[in-house]
Amino acid sequence: MKKKTTLRRLKREYPLHLMVLPALLMIIIFNYIPMAGVKIAFEKFIPAKGFWGAQRFIGLDNFRFVLSLPTTRIVLRNTVLIAASKIILGLAVPILFALLLNELRSLRYRRALQTIVYFPNFLSWVIMAGILMDMLSPQYGLVNEVIKACGGKPIFFLGDPRWFPSTMVITDVWKNFGFKSVIYIAAMTSIDPGLYEAAAIDGAGKLRQTWHVTLPGIRMIVILMTVLSLGDVLNAGFDQVFNLINPRVYDTGDIIDTLVYRMGLIDAQFGPATAVGLFKSLVSFVLIASSYFVANKWFAYRIF
Amino acid sequence: MRRTRAEKLFNVFNISFLGLTAFICLVPLLNTLAISLSDTLPVNRNQVTLWPVEINLKAYSFLLNNDRFWRAALVSIYRVLLGSLINMVLIVLCAYPLSKEPGKFQFRSLYSWLFVVTMLLNGGLIPTFMLVSGLGLLDTIWSLVLPGAVNVFNMVLMLNFFRGIPAELEEAATIDGAGHFRILWQIYIPCALPAIATVLLLSVVGHWNAWFDGIIYSNKLESYPLQSYLQTIIVGLQMMNNEMSVERYALFSQLNERSIRSAQIIIAMLPVAMVYPFLQRYFVTGIVVGSVKQ
Repeated sequence: MKKKTTLRRLKREYPLHLMVLPALLMIIIFNYIPMAGVKIAFEKFIPAKGFWGAQRFIGLDNFRFVLSLPTTRIVLRNTVLIAASKIILGLAVPILFALLLNELRSLRYRRALQTIVYFPNFLSWVIMAGILMDMLSPQYGLVNEVIKACGGKPIFFLGDPRWFPSTMVITDVWKNFGFKSVIYIAAMTSIDPGLYEAAAIDGAGKLRQTWHVTLPGIRMIVILMTVLSLGDVLNAGFDQVFNLINPRVYDTGDIIDTLVYRMGLIDAQFGPATAVGLFKSLVSFVLIASSYFVANKWFAYRIF
Repeated sequence: MRRTRAEKLFNVFNISFLGLTAFICLVPLLNTLAISLSDTLPVNRNQVTLWPVEINLKAYSFLLNNDRFWRAALVSIYRVLLGSLINMVLIVLCAYPLSKEPGKFQFRSLYSWLFVVTMLLNGGLIPTFMLVSGLGLLDTIWSLVLPGAVNVFNMVLMLNFFRGIPAELEEAATIDGAGHFRILWQIYIPCALPAIATVLLLSVVGHWNAWFDGIIYSNKLESYPLQSYLQTIIVGLQMMNNEMSVERYALFSQLNERSIRSAQIIIAMLPVAMVYPFLQRYFVTGIVVGSVKQ
């Protein structure tokens, strides 16, 4: 009986299945089949034998090999350091910007500012890197010209290992803070204006209104964004770092993703590179899954 | 409303501080534009900051004659057109059934999970590269448009918008005998234009800006899209073939390398700047769900 209704439903709903099919095929081919490819992480992989060829299974040897490399620990530290700083500033700066923007009364000025600060988000890191390499150059870069004019010594932001990580964090915040503030600005505009009026009648000044009305009004979205950003602890930003890194700053700037790229596609060490990639995916998966779980449990957040 | 002196002071501070912030966002772009338009000597003497000195279009006219640059730009344009078309068709088609309640579409949850999982897990760089290479897609346009054909994030955006469309419209159409394809085409798509515009613009900008796939999936310089091409000649560590550097040395005599680099950057961001006003108009309305009037 049950089977019959399933069949009948299938027959009635087949156009819907048909619509899902093309997209489903694409993700099966380009997302699910590569997942089977992680078997390379457990093999002494020799590309000449081919993917389905008789590769030798070596268990966790690739992982042991990677862990024995002195660079691994450095890379892990760099990754977490850069990523964590980006997470913290990437939350604080957009919120602060949205709060200040919210105090502006001229709508036109507000819109003009928004138009300008959202824009860098839509430029690729290749373009950004081209611009930054010029701007930050110790010989002719605008930033160093300003430093020199103020009587300082030029700083080699992209070539000095002491400066490289903070340069990554600051330029990333600079590129993205505007766009990241959109969600907070949207949350603030949905706060009931009556609350501000009531607070004003009770004698609250601007600062107290911000503290007692605006901040509680966006509290949920702030907590939600914080929880969700935890999944990025191993994402130091491949696009940015790859385009700005150079061998001089590997000690403080090399991250997991650039290491995987160099190991795998430049040195053709497919096994160890896949092992590192798998490690990163698994850790990220656990972090994202648990933050989604928390977000769902506490804030009834669902992606679908 | 009366305002205290402290509030007025804060207001002045706030206006100038935010103005400065926006200015800092703008400076790098202005600087690049100014360098691209300035003459060799002022650039070498470091006299150019925000405004071009001895304006000329030499750098741009040099680029105009650079075949490699335009071939790469053509690959990019082709990729944007083909890639965005594929993205849109797949996303719109798939978002429609997934926006249905499970009661109206069996296995909806199963399908949804299959898509969501790809946001959380992936095979990683090496296996994906081997797949694309194994399918014989290297050095073809398909290696640039197929692997990312379904952007699940954009699909979720679309499907959430579809959910906001009143069910009465669909019921009425069903009673009139319309099938699902017809309902999608004649009701959902016209109602969801802001969402479609948003996703389309995101997809166009995404394809235009993508650079990494071009680098790993292309062996020949001719198949490089613009951003990958710029990556290798401007910021990349990999040395290009000698031909390129000979060409570069040839122009050192009359042209400034910085001006040419800046001109390339400006041209590469031009399409994004052109769609940006539309993008900005739509991304807020598009993302805000359920704005459809009854």
